[in-house]
Amino acid sequence: MRWKSDTYTGWGRALSAAGEKARPERQNHLAAIAASEPAPAIGNCRSYGDACLNDGGKAIDTTKLDRILSFDAETGMVEVEAGLTLGDLAKIYAPQGWLPAVMPGTGFATVGGAIAMDVHGKNHHNLGSFGQHVEDITLLQGDTERTITAKNKALFQATIGGLGQTGIISKATLRLQRCKGDVMMVTERRAEGWDQFLDLLDRSEATYTVGWIDATAQGDKLGRGILEEAETGAGLVPAPKKSKAIPTDAPGFALSKPIVRTFNEAYYRRVPASGRTVVKPIQDFFFPLDRIHDWNRLYGKRGFHQFQCVVPIAEAPALRAMLDLIAQSGLASPLAVLKRMGPGRAGYLSFPMEGYTLAVDFPNSTEARKLITRLEEMTTEASGRIYFAKDALATPERVQAMYPDLSRWQKEVAKADPGGALATDLIRRLKLRDPA
Amino acid sequence: MSDTWIILGATSSIARTTARRLAENGATLLLAGRDMVDLEATAADAKARGATAAEAVAFDARDPATFQPILDRAAKEDGTLNCAVFVGSMPEQSEIDANPALLDGVITDSFTGPAGFLQRLAPMMEERCSGTIIGLSSVAGDRGRLGNYVYGGAKSGFTTYLSGLRNRLARSGVHVVTVKPGPVDTAMTWGLDALPFMTTPEKVTDDILKAARKKKNVVYTAGIWRLVMLVIRAVPEPIFKKMKI
Repeated sequence: MRWKSDTYTGWGRALSAAGEKARPERQNHLAAIAASEPAPAIGNCRSYGDACLNDGGKAIDTTKLDRILSFDAETGMVEVEAGLTLGDLAKIYAPQGWLPAVMPGTGFATVGGAIAMDVHGKNHHNLGSFGQHVEDITLLQGDTERTITAKNKALFQATIGGLGQTGIISKATLRLQRCKGDVMMVTERRAEGWDQFLDLLDRSEATYTVGWIDATAQGDKLGRGILEEAETGAGLVPAPKKSKAIPTDAPGFALSKPIVRTFNEAYYRRVPASGRTVVKPIQDFFFPLDRIHDWNRLYGKRGFHQFQCVVPIAEAPALRAMLDLIAQSGLASPLAVLKRMGPGRAGYLSFPMEGYTLAVDFPNSTEARKLITRLEEMTTEASGRIYFAKDALATPERVQAMYPDLSRWQKEVAKADPGGALATDLIRRLKLRDPA
Repeated sequence: MSDTWIILGATSSIARTTARRLAENGATLLLAGRDMVDLEATAADAKARGATAAEAVAFDARDPATFQPILDRAAKEDGTLNCAVFVGSMPEQSEIDANPALLDGVITDSFTGPAGFLQRLAPMMEERCSGTIIGLSSVAGDRGRLGNYVYGGAKSGFTTYLSGLRNRLARSGVHVVTVKPGPVDTAMTWGLDALPFMTTPEKVTDDILKAARKKKNVVYTAGIWRLVMLVIRAVPEPIFKKMKI
């Protein structure tokens, strides 16, 4: 297998890695690499920070292993190669009445990545996390191939949300969820401030619920935003809008304070005060930003950071304080999301917990990094946690305290990859594999 | 009744993207190659994506005994029969220079093997008076040069063969498309030094199927290569022989 020298980044583009990559196209080629030169597997690099980076080392790009291996139309059980994207899976099966049970905000995420991050979606309050709908996972550990299920308790829980450290995920079987068709009925309504927003989220009975929040609004308007509630439906599919690409890095002022404020105001007012219901193709609802290829270039060369935390229900005031701090800073981009999470999680290092989650993007700058550090402190004080798929800045001590099952994960990883061949930049930065 | 496509060399990157597109259009696919486990995976994927049927069949360009069973299998399908050829091998020229015995394999994989198969398929297609043959040749066949003249020689032979086959089959309403890709981002070129005007398998597939639909005879992909090769072919031999490109 030939290796290619490359410099690559996570989605946030603030961190990068230089190293060699292999890109096998057949399972037996992947197995040969795993046996002779094991290295972390990466997919479409949609993690924002350094979870998908291995600076100075090797990485195995699995995106060409993207085939569907079997499908049972009675049970919705589908076996796929790890590099298949969730967007493809949705596109193929939605017309047949099936959807991946859990879909994150981008359809470019691969199945392997979705398992390794135990991702969540807009229906977390109903169906939990991605890993809860995984039937089995095929892992390559050195020259051994093994297929694991929930019966392999500890190893299964260490693999789901396990950051790829228990072996190279080569295939998986997923339990798809029934859906009515491939259109979404979306009800949008305004939340005029923080308390109303939480109230709407708490009372929402929709299958899919997500909130866009105006992270620049202050005072009475603090916490205002748009609540979106959606159900799948059948009917005439409006043609998906054509995708566009950001051809070049945007200049620094593109996301300056007045521009973001003006954009957010208009985005908020776009939905009438009385609310509205619209019909959208599924991909426009689940993956709204995928239509703009390489939208991360809007942040220019410096890249950006996303801060995402979850705090328990009772700590909602702490989350409000965080939002207040963000609004005062004027550093946020328009991309900010507030959601209520259920308790569902499938792995030792899974992110979700019952509570509220806030995600905000910041163009990379010294002030933004300082602000994120402060937000992490506040998350710790609120007994919350931050998300490895997004993080690029946290420190080992603080993060390790957020994941109470870390030592159980470490025990399994030590057995599965004793030589540490699968470690990534994130693992090293946060010292996740170093026993306490 | 759906179109039937025999895909020779179906484990290759471009064959896979092409098979996928044909599957989405509801074709019946006979996926021919050596790695049966990999072909089974591609067949399963094709069925999931809309193929009427998809089956892995054994094919080895160096073993003519594998040809007839594929033709027999194809004969069972009604309707339009088509064939796309993606076989070929390209060891480093330096390896062949060091070990001349490698030459036969390159010629067989890239020219005489697939030509031998098409030679047996042609009467079946003539009889049905329909169908398309897509032959993947290479810009390397347009002029022999230092870097890969054995591979280039084989592809040049294949290009000439396809041209003659087109001449023959046009009389029966069967169309032959010769495809000349430049470098494509596949496992074959992964990790090689940066190559000019690199394109993707998806783009090559688009170009191939469009050419087949529009009954184009010879198509370069990326299109810029038509111009590049025009220039390269125009360089007088006394100068060319001293060049290193």
